[in-house]
Amino acid sequence: MICARRPRWIAAAAFVLLAACAKNDPNQTRLKFWTIGREGEVVQQLLPEFERTHPGVRIDVQQIPLTAAHEKLLTAFAGDALPDMAQLGNTWLPEFVSVGALEPLQQLVDQSAIIKAADYFPGIWDTNVIDGIAYGVPWYVDTRLIFYRTDLLADAGFSTPPATWDEWATAMAAVKQRQGEGKFAVFFPLNEFEPLLNLALQQSDPLLKDNDTLGNFQSPGFRRSIAFYAQAFRNGWAPKMSNTELPNIWDELARGFVTFYVNGPWNIGEFERREPELKGRWSTAPLPGTHGPGGGAAGGSSLVIFHSSTNKQIAWELSEFLSRVEQQEKFYELTGDLPPRRSVWESPALAQDEYVKAFRTQLELVKPTPKVPEWERITDELAHMQERVARGGEPIDQALKELDARADKILEKRRWMLAHRAMQ
Amino acid sequence: MNDHAKPWTFLTPALIIIGVFFLLPVVAALALSLTDFDLYALTDLHNLRFVGLDNYIDVLQTPLFWKSLLNTLYFVAVGVPLSIAASLGAAMLLNSPLAKLKGSFRTALFAPVVTTVVAVAVIWRYLLHTRYGLIDYGLIRLGLDPIDWLGDPHWSMPAIILFAVWKNFGYNMIILLAGLQSIPIDLYEAARIDGASAWAQFRHITLPSLRPVLLLVSIITVAGYFQLFAEPYVMTRGDPLQSTVSVLYYMYEEGFKWWSLGRASAIAFILFAITLLATKILLWIGQRGEASA
Repeated sequence: MICARRPRWIAAAAFVLLAACAKNDPNQTRLKFWTIGREGEVVQQLLPEFERTHPGVRIDVQQIPLTAAHEKLLTAFAGDALPDMAQLGNTWLPEFVSVGALEPLQQLVDQSAIIKAADYFPGIWDTNVIDGIAYGVPWYVDTRLIFYRTDLLADAGFSTPPATWDEWATAMAAVKQRQGEGKFAVFFPLNEFEPLLNLALQQSDPLLKDNDTLGNFQSPGFRRSIAFYAQAFRNGWAPKMSNTELPNIWDELARGFVTFYVNGPWNIGEFERREPELKGRWSTAPLPGTHGPGGGAAGGSSLVIFHSSTNKQIAWELSEFLSRVEQQEKFYELTGDLPPRRSVWESPALAQDEYVKAFRTQLELVKPTPKVPEWERITDELAHMQERVARGGEPIDQALKELDARADKILEKRRWMLAHRAMQ
Repeated sequence: MNDHAKPWTFLTPALIIIGVFFLLPVVAALALSLTDFDLYALTDLHNLRFVGLDNYIDVLQTPLFWKSLLNTLYFVAVGVPLSIAASLGAAMLLNSPLAKLKGSFRTALFAPVVTTVVAVAVIWRYLLHTRYGLIDYGLIRLGLDPIDWLGDPHWSMPAIILFAVWKNFGYNMIILLAGLQSIPIDLYEAARIDGASAWAQFRHITLPSLRPVLLLVSIITVAGYFQLFAEPYVMTRGDPLQSTVSVLYYMYEEGFKWWSLGRASAIAFILFAITLLATKILLWIGQRGEASA
């Protein structure tokens, strides 16, 4: 045999390799699961139970920092190195569907005894559905609403939070008047597009038109939203600042620099941890709309299975396991991430929490952002546009025309591809 | 085998390696920059279009590109002289006959060059931290206001420059040290006898003798500093207010955040042209200086 004539070091190397391989039991299935951020740390506390009920299965969880997640996932796709399943931000889903990286799950969902689409908040479920087919299962949700100082609002003469835009505008004017120079009513960080986007999603006008191939930012609905947003800056209700200029917003709310702040659910935990002495003097409220709570963006993360996976059945079983009511309750306790299923919200931990109540109301009303891969890039332009309007006082007409032009340019390839496909 | 073929036989392996690993990728990137290669094209090559010079025109019309170019020029204009001055200063101290423990100092000053950017950037982030940082602690002790180094758009680039200079000066120091050691000592002795001051000796002996070495060092440093990427990538991610977005960082975002690989390749070639131009100017200045000397 040839092997016999190889030098000894090769034999030694082979031995080391074999020893390393010995740990890999051939009968054992290793499921690669990529998670983003802190969730990956926490999910490992839930997995032993799954592994116990699935002998021979080991879950390899790899945590990816949020800042690197998108690049890493796309690079892995390009290099054919995707894991079996992953946690995926639901706004990234359309992009991965468009390149064919995700496994369609509709059939599995239809047959599942655990995952029932009707139990999920409709707007959240919808973010995972593209052309009628589900590609992900919502894991936790995120939407932006109002955090506010109850005492400062009461001082300004309001015992309840505003429910409509008009009420909100009145309240902001009153708060600003009472708080005076150097303090403000609301903080819309100029480098965050989310507050404006959440207001704009309440409108019936879609953000993109013609099968999502053209910007629709000059629509009456979007015009109303940017007008409401811009008046807060024009009237001096909101400081012209980005969140890097105000790095610790919790302290700023505590000292009354602003009374309203629009942000996501993780701030509940931050508030309780950082400002314990503020307890009882702050609360949350659904984002005001034209007539009462208006809803907002359906954000959050989903569990997806990659098309290239060879362990799709086990990946699906893990998705089901993590979607079980009792696992979702545990997950909420460990992370504070809000669950996407209505039945989980019946649990005492959620039903009795005064701060998450407003999220429950809003989650029934949330809507997905346009489901095109280019959307994230368009939100970048949205943030630049709002900063020019708010900081530089650019006329709204001109800013919206420019935004539409930029969106159209970003969507040019999509238009060309759809036209190309139609011709064939 | 005739005499004509012999050199080629020896050259072929090297030429093949250069062709495969250098020439081919460059040609491929050039071709890529003339297309709209993106995520769609990655999945299906039918989605690839030839766009001619559109990427170049488009990039040159993007405000962020010009902002990134200005940021990079700021970094090069301040960073390169500062870096060379630091290298020269350190080299002269090491070359001084009064210096003790030359070997250990040389190693210590060279050490930052061989460390990994990512690892030392973590330490520098601590040093620059507004609340726990040693640098701001020093400023407060001196009675100055602390600076939000990485959060204030006016200070973020100086912070990056400081870090880059510290990280890189050791390399040029070694080259300059070799240059200094090759200056004949008799020149200094003759100058001292003539009563020349230390400054006059530096001005009229050290600098002119080092001219070719300084030219080389400037070219290497300018070319290197134009490729600013790892420092902002690790320390600031281009923030605050895009004040630390360099051309290469902008290219990286286009390429790997948005997957517009066509545009990203175009940016790479524009940067190449700019660096080439800067080097040519330096060479021209160097030659002119030589002619007049």
